[in-house]
This record gives sequence, C-alpha cells and structure tokens, in this order.
Amino acid sequence: MPYISNTDRDRREMFAKIGIENFDELIQAIPEKFRLKDGLNMDKALSELEITDKIKAQTCQNLCAQNANSFLGAGVYDHFIPAAVDFIVSRPEFFTAYTPYQAEVSQGTLQFIYEYQSMICELTGMEIANASMYDGASAVAEAILMAVRKNRLNKALLPGSLHPEYLKVIKAYTEGVGVELLQVPLSDGVMDLDKLAEMLDDSVGSVVLQTPNFFGNLEDAHKVSELVHNQAKCLLIACVDPISLAILNAPSEYNADIVVGEGQALGNSMYMGGPLFGFFATKLDMSRQMPGRIVGGTLDKTGARAYALTLQAREQHIRRAKATSNICSNQSLCTLAATVYMSLMGREGLREAALMSTQHAHYLASEITKIKGIQMRYPDADFFKEFVIKTPIPAKKIIDKMLPRGIYAGVAVAENELMLAVTEKKTKDAMDEYITAMQEVTNA
Amino acid sequence: MPKTIFEHSSPGRRGLRLPTPEINTPLSDMIPTKYHRQSIARLPELSEMDVMRHYIKLSHMNHFIEKGLYPLGSCTMKYNPKIHELLVRHSCFANLHPYQPESTLQGALELLHELQRDLAEISGMAQVTLQPVAGAQGEFTGIKIIDAYHKANGNTHKTKIIIPDSAHGTNPATCNLVGYDVVELKSNSEGRCDIARLRELVDENTAGFMLTNPNTLGLFETQIEEIAEIMHSVDALIYMDGANLNALLGIVQPGKIGFDIIHFNLHKTFSTPHGGGGPGAGPVGVGGKMIPYLPVPMVAKTDEGYHLDYSHEPTSIGKVHTFYGNFAVLVRAYIYIKMLGAEGLRRISENAIINANYLMAILKDYYHIQHPEYCMHEFVADGTKQKKENKVSTLDIAKRLLDKGFHAPTVYFPLIIPEAMMIEPTETESLESLDAFAKAMIEIAQECSDNPDLLHEAPISTPVRRVDDVRAVKELDPIFKIQE
Repeated sequence: MPYISNTDRDRREMFAKIGIENFDELIQAIPEKFRLKDGLNMDKALSELEITDKIKAQTCQNLCAQNANSFLGAGVYDHFIPAAVDFIVSRPEFFTAYTPYQAEVSQGTLQFIYEYQSMICELTGMEIANASMYDGASAVAEAILMAVRKNRLNKALLPGSLHPEYLKVIKAYTEGVGVELLQVPLSDGVMDLDKLAEMLDDSVGSVVLQTPNFFGNLEDAHKVSELVHNQAKCLLIACVDPISLAILNAPSEYNADIVVGEGQALGNSMYMGGPLFGFFATKLDMSRQMPGRIVGGTLDKTGARAYALTLQAREQHIRRAKATSNICSNQSLCTLAATVYMSLMGREGLREAALMSTQHAHYLASEITKIKGIQMRYPDADFFKEFVIKTPIPAKKIIDKMLPRGIYAGVAVAENELMLAVTEKKTKDAMDEYITAMQEVTNA
Repeated sequence: MPKTIFEHSSPGRRGLRLPTPEINTPLSDMIPTKYHRQSIARLPELSEMDVMRHYIKLSHMNHFIEKGLYPLGSCTMKYNPKIHELLVRHSCFANLHPYQPESTLQGALELLHELQRDLAEISGMAQVTLQPVAGAQGEFTGIKIIDAYHKANGNTHKTKIIIPDSAHGTNPATCNLVGYDVVELKSNSEGRCDIARLRELVDENTAGFMLTNPNTLGLFETQIEEIAEIMHSVDALIYMDGANLNALLGIVQPGKIGFDIIHFNLHKTFSTPHGGGGPGAGPVGVGGKMIPYLPVPMVAKTDEGYHLDYSHEPTSIGKVHTFYGNFAVLVRAYIYIKMLGAEGLRRISENAIINANYLMAILKDYYHIQHPEYCMHEFVADGTKQKKENKVSTLDIAKRLLDKGFHAPTVYFPLIIPEAMMIEPTETESLESLDAFAKAMIEIAQECSDNPDLLHEAPISTPVRRVDDVRAVKELDPIFKIQE
C-alpha cells in the first residue's frame, strides 16, 4: 500500500501496546449499523505507472494555450512565467508546510509573506496588505464587507463594467449581511460619471472601480475618486490588474481607500482558472477591520529580527462569530509564486511586460479594425491589454471557425462582440496569423 | 534573520530578459499620460541566482512534512505524494484557460466529473460541487445552500444555527457571514453533544446544526441518529464539517447516517499540499433535495460529452469562485483517490486511527487526557498536570518539541480543554517515527519536572528564538520600508 508504512507485524505490535486484538475494537464508538458493510464502490486502484498513462490520455483530450494561438483573457491571463518560479514553489519546504502558526519553525513562510505584502503595497501605493484572499472576486466582496464594518453604511455601488463572474460572487458574499448592491450604468464602456454623481449620497458606503474594467477599458479613476470622496464616509475600492500597475496609476495616486485584484497574472499558471489569488491592500487606519492573515515584523527573545502572524484578534480562530471574515486557508503558495515572480522581473522587467502587452494589444486593435466590418466597440475608450471589437458575424461563429485553425479567437461578450486579450508573450507573427484568419472567417 | 529581498537589490540587475520588442510604440501614443504611473514601483533588482539563493535560504527556516512529523490536530498533515506534482504540471493542465471552448476541455471535464462522483460515493451524498477553494469557503457554500433550501420552502423565519463549543472558529464565523445567529451547544462529560440541552435549544427558528464528526476531541459523535431526528423534526438540516474525514474513509458514509450536507478538505483528507496556508479545496456534498441550490456550474455528462452545466442557475446560490474552483488542487486529489481505490481509502483511515491510538496509549502515562477512551484519527492530551506541578505551559511544551525536530500539535484548541494539545499523527507516519515522537514527548515531560526553565527558554535550536508576537501587534510593521 503506498504512503502507509505499517506492516502487519507493525500493526500487531501496536495493537499489543493499545491492548486490543483487532481494529474493530477501536471503532466501537461507531454504532454497528452506521458502518459500511460492503466497502465503497470505486474504480480499481491504479499504480503510479497506470495513473500516469491515464492522466496523459486525459490531458491529450485538452487543447492548451501553449499549443493554441490564444486571445483569451477576461480575468485570467497568459503572461510569461520565468522557470525559476516553479523551482521555488516546488520546494517541499514551502509546499508541504502548514500555515505558519509556530513562528520559530516557519520563518521562511512568514518572511516571504512579509515581502509579498511589501511588494503589493509598493505596486498599489497602500500601507498594509494581507497574505491573500481566494481570488479577485472574493477580494472585492471582502472589501465591500470591510467598508460596511468601517462606516456602517450598507449600500455599495458596482460598475456595470465589472467582471460578470465577480458580480455573482459578490452577490453571494454580501446578501447575508444585508448589503444593498446597485449598478452604475455605463457610457461608452466606462462608468457613466453623471449617473455615478446622481447615485452618490451619504447612504453609500463604498464604490467599486475596476480599471482596466471587464471590457479592458480604463476608467477615469481620478474623476471617480473625486466624486466618491465628496461623500465624507464613502470608500473607494479599486480593483486593478497588478501587471498594469508597473506603468499605469498606482491606486494611491487617485486616493483609493482599498485596493484589490486578481493576482494570477503574477507568476501563476492559468490552470483552467484555479488556483487564483486575490490581493488585498489598504491604509493603516483600517488594519483592524481587514480580513485574512497578516504577517508583521517583530523580534525574538534575543532581540533578533523575526516575523509573526499579527492582528490575529480579527480572525476566526480567536474571534469566532465576530471575526472580520471566515477565511482560514488562503492561497499562500500562489503568493509565493507572485513574490518570486516580482523579484525576478524586478522594476524594469515588470514595466517591460506591461508595456509590451500594451504595444501588442494596440497593434492588434489597429490592424484588426482594418478588416471590413470590424470596429472597436468602444472607440473613445483607452485600453491596456484587452479590448472589445464589433464583429460582422456572430462572435460565437468566429470562435467556432477559428478553432480548427488552433486559434482561441477570444471571449464572446455579446452576440456580435468579441473580446481579445494579449500579453507580452504574443508574437507579431501570432497576431498576424490571427488577423489573416479573421479576414478569412468574416469574409467567407 | 536573512535580509529581506529588498536589501539584496542593486540598481540595474535583472532576473529575466524578455524578447526584443517587435513593436516599439511609446506608451504616450497608446494611453494618455493622465493614466501613467507617477513614480516607479520600486520592486527589487536581482539576478536569477540571487533570487534563488534568497528563497532557498528562507526555505531552510521552515518545518515541512518531509523534514519531520507534523502532528497538528484537525490539520491532517499527511505525506503529499510526488506523482501528484509531476502530473499536475503537465502543460495541458497548466495552460488551460477557463473560457476556452468546452470541446477542447473534455479531458479536464471528464476528470472533474469523475471526482464529483467519487467524492459523492465516499461521503454517501447525492451530488458534489467542486467549486469552493477552501474548507471555510466550503462551509460558506454549505450554509448558503441551507439558507436557499429554507427560503425556497418558504421558511424565512429560520434565524439560527446551532454549533457545539468544540467547533472550529470558521463555523460560527461562516454562519455570521451568511446572516445567521449562532447558538452554542455545550459538550457533555463524554466530550460529545449534550442531547438534552440540544432539545432545549432547537425550535422552529432553527435552520441547521453544524457538527464536526469525529469531533475535535477525536471522538465519534455516537448520537447522530438522535440528533438527526431532533433537527429534521423542525425541518432543520445537519451540516457535517469534514475537517476530520480522514477517520471515516470506507468506514462510514456521512450521507447515509443522517447528515444532509458535508464539506471536504482536499488538502487534509486527500493529500493535496497545504502550501504554507493554501491553496486548498473545499468541495461540498449534498443530499438529493439540495441539488437545485448548488453553485453554478456543475460538470455534467451527456451523449455529446462533458459540459459546464448552468441549467439550475435560477435556484442556485450563484457562485463562490470566479471560475470552477482550484482545478490544480482537484487534479491532485483525483490522482490520490484513483491510486487508492476503495480498499486503499479504508486502509488510510484504519491506519490513521491505529497510529493515533498507539500514540495515546504511550502518552497517557505522561500527560493528562480528559477523554481517554479509544480515539479516532486524533486525540487531545493536555498540559494541565505540567502546568500545575511544574508551572510549565502547553505553549512551552510545544516550543520544546520544535527543539527536538518535531512540529508542535495544535495547541489551546479545542477551547473546552484547558492547555489542550491536539495530536493527529496521520497514517503516513511509521511505527519508528511515532516512537521517536513519543520519546520526545516523554523526555519533555521529564524536563518539565527536572528543568522547567529549559522549557520556558525553548525553543533554543530553531532558526529564531521565541518570537514576540505581542510586539508584532503593538508595533505593527506589515511592510518593508524601502529606502531610496
């Protein structure tokens, strides 16, 4: 039996020490009628060799982004991951360790989390970050809940340009606490600022701003912030793409109060959308309202530098029903990947990845719209690495027609609207192949 | 302590070179300057080798399963098979995009469909959602389902959920998040639910009962049939916190003995790596009447193949994760289950139970054990004897264990046992390894009477000495101050 050391002889020795004759004596407390008589109905056990063959056969039924020419984004992005990232993440010292509750034998985990928090704060311009949330969606939800704890105002405004899957998660997370969610309508693919101004009053506790938004468009964060902060208590929650922060406004520059986002793009493979991780950062005066684990620097008893989990009185294992969140396990190993990624990329590398992604997206946009019948869906909007085009035939048809060519054409966001994303990985040849294919499938 | 990564930074160093740009449009020609970042993000600048050395150095400061026994109670720190890691990293898993056409995801969907079915069989439930990404999110999903079930049946008056005082903190925190009042049920002298008291607490406003089974004392809740009868008489549902499922594989199917809903911790029972605190996965299994409320999508199979099924969205609780859960974690659990089969799963639980009872049989002569009956996969010893006789606390004992090369048990939990030490060796530890741990615990018991100061000083051989966590709160220092 793999993974179990006990032999029959071992068991006999152990039974003797325990003082029993057979295993069933140990489970006397389980009433006889509750015990499974015939065993579970499972497939025959496979050896390591057999499972390897089975998994290989299964993966071969998948077509992965590596073998396709993919223009998919919408929350999960195919940015380049340096080889060294997985070498660190694969160290059992990190991946088989538990949550760092025993600080003296967990300094490796604690210090990388501290470094991760520091990097997230450097990117966002915030003062404190937690050790992660489950994903970008739950991070926005937790931010709304934190705003309610802070100002006791249970109305939140969400942009109509928010990722639709995020909206579903936010609804699930906030309805139990009685948060009223209202949607700010769009104008040309970004929040309608006049409508936002109308909807804002002193009953609104928070406004979520996603930039780039679901459609890839940049919101006028400065103006949104100005409107939001005209209300004394209202908090601005910015949901941002971490790669974009290398070249675009740090949320502190437009005075965001809470900054969250999906962190997958920072050194984590896509894995069909999980694991992801949500980053969560804010200002120091809200530290005691934050959800999730936080690591802090401190000293050991000899006065040497050390790290420990801090502000634990907020958390479920101490505060139980009154905790700031129910989160316990987070996405720690994904943040290790992000930390190593950011260290390898460095300030220049991350800027280059962000700039190249922008250059590729803008090249693709300008070339693809030369095709007859294709236009930018939001011609007046500014965008980063993702954008929506209007298509002359249904977007789903384009997706179907491009698939045999090994191309993932993009995400259909409306019947005749297709959303395309590219990163620094996309070559000019790959984009030109796409443009040619688009010409052919829309002309045919 | 090692310096931080920021202190190793030197201007101009690079850990990666990207391809030479093929398109050189300046940023200002693409995006107006009002959107441009004002000041550079001061990420560290290092060569690849410097980055590797730094994080390898940090890794050496961790305890981890391959280094030594990790007896954290209710955490199930079992060995994580390496074949999982090799197979999950296949590029056609790692590079799948959640929005690619379903026809290109058939292998992945087949795997998820089989895992739904296998977990349903193991738990005796009718259907399983794989979407929740952690145990606490599984709880959240489960309580949301209970809430949706009651609302669909017009029972909007139900406001409270009953939870034993031995429960994990996530249980009450979760109920609060879903909008329920928490009513605490005291344990009886046998360390189990006090049924008489439960009868008093239950009324028409009771929505559900959350029970960990075996409970956090490592004891099977024998009265589950009676509990089910009490709860179902007011149309309340029983939720099983599956944190301790490692005791029940192939022995008891919770869905067949009265539980209505259950979450699994794949990172505990099904040996996916804990990762220093995640990512895990917390699938939820339900009985037939709750299937309409499961999150969307489910993975379904038809004659045409596998697809993501949103057909029950009108009644569903919606979504708890952006996409379909922690796919990479689910793949690992799938491999684990397929390699064990029915008999292997049962052997897991049998040996987990034997190992725990063996350790308890040895340690009961040295440490007080409030409930010394045969335990399931874990037991709770305590340091009350050492506290009283030697003024040594459980925290001191835990720290001394670190000196001896072991991780500490879960301490000061469950809350109902003073100076608690909750010990779960798991099935993957050998007899020799259990003996070595027992020997260390016995030595420590001796040291408590011979040299209590040694215990107060502990740990002395770890990478850092006892860490001042009060200072970490009082002089909050959550980020490195970059000096440039």
